[in-house]
Amino acid sequence: MFAYVLRRLVATIPVMAIVAIMVFLMLRLTPSDPAAIIAGDNANAEQVAEIRKRLGLDQPILTQFVIWTSKTLQGDLGESFFFKKQVTDLILDRLEPTVSLAFFTTVLAVLIAVPLGVLAAYRQGSWLDRIVMGFSVLGFSVPVFVIGYALIYVFAIELNWLPVQGYQRLSLGVAGWLQRLILPSLTLSVVLIALIARITRTSVLEVMNEDYIRTARAKGQTEGRVLRRHALANAAVPIVTVIGLGVAALIGGVVVTESVYTIPGLGRLTVDAVLARDYPTIQAVILLFSLAYVLINLLVDMTYTFFDPRIRY
Amino acid sequence: MSIEVLPAEIAEGVRAARRPGRFALVMRNPSVIIGATIVTFLALVGVLAPVLGTISPSEINPVYRNKKPGAERTIRTEDSKEVQFVHRFGTDTLGRDVYSRVVYGARVSLVVGLTVAVLSVAIGLTIGLIAGYIRWLDSIIMRVMDGLMAIPAILLAMGVVSLSRAGLLAVVIAIVIPEIPRVVRLVRAIVLSIREEPYVEAAITVGTPTPTLLVRHVLPNTIAPLIVQGTFICGSAILIEAILSFLGIGIPPETPTWGNIMAEGRSLFRIYPHNIFYPGVCLALAVLAINMLGDGLRDTLDPRFARRV
Repeated sequence: MFAYVLRRLVATIPVMAIVAIMVFLMLRLTPSDPAAIIAGDNANAEQVAEIRKRLGLDQPILTQFVIWTSKTLQGDLGESFFFKKQVTDLILDRLEPTVSLAFFTTVLAVLIAVPLGVLAAYRQGSWLDRIVMGFSVLGFSVPVFVIGYALIYVFAIELNWLPVQGYQRLSLGVAGWLQRLILPSLTLSVVLIALIARITRTSVLEVMNEDYIRTARAKGQTEGRVLRRHALANAAVPIVTVIGLGVAALIGGVVVTESVYTIPGLGRLTVDAVLARDYPTIQAVILLFSLAYVLINLLVDMTYTFFDPRIRY
Repeated sequence: MSIEVLPAEIAEGVRAARRPGRFALVMRNPSVIIGATIVTFLALVGVLAPVLGTISPSEINPVYRNKKPGAERTIRTEDSKEVQFVHRFGTDTLGRDVYSRVVYGARVSLVVGLTVAVLSVAIGLTIGLIAGYIRWLDSIIMRVMDGLMAIPAILLAMGVVSLSRAGLLAVVIAIVIPEIPRVVRLVRAIVLSIREEPYVEAAITVGTPTPTLLVRHVLPNTIAPLIVQGTFICGSAILIEAILSFLGIGIPPETPTWGNIMAEGRSLFRIYPHNIFYPGVCLALAVLAINMLGDGLRDTLDPRFARRV
């Protein structure tokens, strides 16, 4: 197991190296001169040259890449053009809202989608099955921000149950934190619910005809236990896999959701950075999100042995 | 010469016998019918936009700002007659007619969706064929594709958009790049499996040159899966374009696109939700229709995935 984990970890290095090369080249491919952007409109040629030298942009591209990589590996992501702060500090500052949102969303999505998918498979062809399947097609199609505004309109403006927008740090109290996370998480979870419910239904359907399901029923187990212990347990691996893949959709959704609900997280930071052409921040955020995506999927692979003891590494 | 032609003909005959009227089957699939009808309707709306009772989508009128749906006003036509005009969907913060903007917005969305689908399928097909057929290039290409796929699509698109001035072309390129690896993987997988088919081995044995082999034997096998994939790409491209525009980093705000109309309506959403509601419904409807079309096409055209629900 340990050897396998190590091998898989090593295997992520080439992927991340390619991501790093692409992210690095991004800045060098810009039509505009980054030094000129930092210097601002009123700077003269000398000031621009000074900044270029300070950032090492006058070095050969290979040297620049080596310097950039070693700095990045040490956690130094450069200085933001726009916020005039260290990008690392900027990211650490914005991490909490995004992690809270992503975590809450995933938990919510799994809690809603897995039972729905199992029930849809159990009652295949019934109205419940059709609603779940119809919802899952709808969930893929309705854009996150439309769902977001619809929820705000109903629950925050018309019913006045929850705050409209904003975020409150966890340190200021769990109740306020949770209250402001409900609508954004619900919004973001829709696409994940669609994804997970669909795959749960499919993989439970696949095992429902197996001999061990018939055996379990024959020995008189309740239907609930058959579904949980025998059907769902054997259908778990594809479900966990799709949760891992759903992280990509989650990250895309985070960017939009944070804008709709004005949450000061990494997604908002990305949008602000793109609007301001703040390349060091854009690079850092892309690197960070890609790394998170790759590592989460690695973690998902690791859990296969837990969900299916037949799989051994 | 006759040896070279024969295997392909037999294979074609066998395929035709096994799946009678594959394309006729498509037309009977309910998802395809519903999806295609809505898509055709939206395409007609886009094409016929000028004659659907619209006024200029970019005409600013400060007096008629933020009107609720159904508000009326008198406008002067070209031959200076005065007619009563109804703002069916209301007006936005600059007094532009939301109905006209939504109708014209269909054009942009469909053009973006179609262009992205065609471009990513064409580029992905080329790269995929190369990767599947030239062994030493395969691992290099696939590592690059792995890298591209490790970056979540919207982030990659945002990164690409940030590199150039906002515009239709930049947005199309930004959406095409994240879609390419998915097409490449699909095409490569097909090529690798087709290579093992007896008729391809036979063609290789009789000395068919590689380009002919690719065009005659491999390419036809990629058409059905690529039509399916292209349809889904079209839907996701429309969605991503709307997201980029909504975030203010897509197509310039003057252009009437569904994302831009919604971005415009953000600030006054609490009082005037119609600016978000109408384009949002159109967007959801368009993407839903295209996804239904894609689901139906996959079930009927792509037998390998048909059983997977």
